[in-house]
Amino acid sequence: MSAIYILWLRELRRYVRSRAQIVASLGQPLLYLLALGFGLGPVFQKAGQGSYIQFVAPGVIAMTILFSSVFSGIGLLWDRQFGFLKETLVAPVPRIQVMLGRTLGAATVAMLQGLLVSIVCFIAGFRVAHFSTVPLAFLFMALIASLFASLGSAIGSVLQNMQGFQLIMNFLVMPIFFLSGALYPLTNLPKAFSIVTSLDPLAYGVDGLRAALIGVSHFGIGLDCIVLAVLGTVLLFIGSHLFSKIQI
Amino acid sequence: MQNIIRVENLTKSFGDVKAVDQVSFQVGRGEVFAFLGPNGAGKTTTIKMLTTLLTPTSGTLEIDGLDPRIHSHEVRKRFGIVFQDPSLDGDMTAYENMELHGVFYHVPRKVRNERIEGLLRIFELWERRTDLVKMFSGGMKRRLEIARGLLHTPKILFLDEPTLGLDPQTRNQLWLQVKNLNQTEGLTVFLTTHYMDEADRVAHRMAVIDHGKIVAQGSPQELKQQTETASLEEAFLSLTGSTIRDESANSSADQMRQMARMWGNRR
Repeated sequence: MSAIYILWLRELRRYVRSRAQIVASLGQPLLYLLALGFGLGPVFQKAGQGSYIQFVAPGVIAMTILFSSVFSGIGLLWDRQFGFLKETLVAPVPRIQVMLGRTLGAATVAMLQGLLVSIVCFIAGFRVAHFSTVPLAFLFMALIASLFASLGSAIGSVLQNMQGFQLIMNFLVMPIFFLSGALYPLTNLPKAFSIVTSLDPLAYGVDGLRAALIGVSHFGIGLDCIVLAVLGTVLLFIGSHLFSKIQI
Repeated sequence: MQNIIRVENLTKSFGDVKAVDQVSFQVGRGEVFAFLGPNGAGKTTTIKMLTTLLTPTSGTLEIDGLDPRIHSHEVRKRFGIVFQDPSLDGDMTAYENMELHGVFYHVPRKVRNERIEGLLRIFELWERRTDLVKMFSGGMKRRLEIARGLLHTPKILFLDEPTLGLDPQTRNQLWLQVKNLNQTEGLTVFLTTHYMDEADRVAHRMAVIDHGKIVAQGSPQELKQQTETASLEEAFLSLTGSTIRDESANSSADQMRQMARMWGNRR
């Protein structure tokens, strides 16, 4: 157990130390929030959908958690590159513990990043509908973070070099973000497109967050929870399996 | 003398290539054993098999009476290793790197703190313990890796080309410390190096491997007598020929290293 803890602590220490990176990683969400929030706001209002900032903020929080957790998971690739991975693989620690420690650390870092963006959203004018459902929002943030941290670890275990990283970015992470309904409502979409979005795990994360924060839900909180929890568990198992197969 | 490492007919094939071919040798308890050979001769592959990182294709392997294939965890507790390439976390301090290792190897907190301090003092890193490792020079990193490898009081220390890229002063100091640990604590040392003078100086016995096969074994003296040469360097050349070997950089780890150089060391 202590191996899990020390690896978790390692991720946290690294996060706290990379202050420049923390600030830099706030740039993108801020851009989405402000540029789209104020840019699309009037159109959104005209269409009778209310405030766009209110609508997009949960999406931006989910996006932050998605990027942060996948990147931390893929951080495995850096450990491979800079040799630290060997130190963990030659130690008398079951690999499942190494994988769990890393993934929990990545998820925690993503959570913190999500909370930071939540505060930024609040400053930008976002207001939660009911304070009583805020704990539910934390639950959804944690679910999104663990699901995508596991995905990141799974990918990091398989990727051999940085070329593959670009591929994952363009063909997996970006589509997951853009198809999740973070930026637009999932109602009244063309049939085929609507099916695609319902296959995107982040769609359930965004939906859950929206339900908890502004009281609007497309799939229903129950389904959101179940999909995230089940898929997260499956990915954790896949990640552990792939991690146990790593050879150096 | 009882043997702590026993290897018999050890073979490792990658596809059609036999990286290590029917290798047999023994290392006695408390011995300093040098494993020599040109680039790509099979040194690192052998070390990886001894340290549970690779599974042999065939042959017998025993570390302190245990088979690494079956009792990998028990075997892992018994050795410390300094890899050919760095394996420290540059974004953590020297102390944190040591601490993480101690936790990994189940060293109880009190013993851990004492040993970390002791080892960092021996390797003259105590004053720098709160500095991030990425700020360290190559020699300091190497010293830290050795200190880390000794934290869990292993019976065997594997050193895979530990002095590569270090200046003569650092090399000298490093071997003095290793020799000292061997004499005072009876630590068994298994090392590979390209510097024959170093092997001559520290090793009790050695084996020369070439093209995956052991071509000679014995004390430095015996090797010189066998080849009728005056220095170990000449003995080595006479055993392995003087053609230059090009190590192919086709493994993924090598590619990653090249990438790392291209992008500049981020960590």
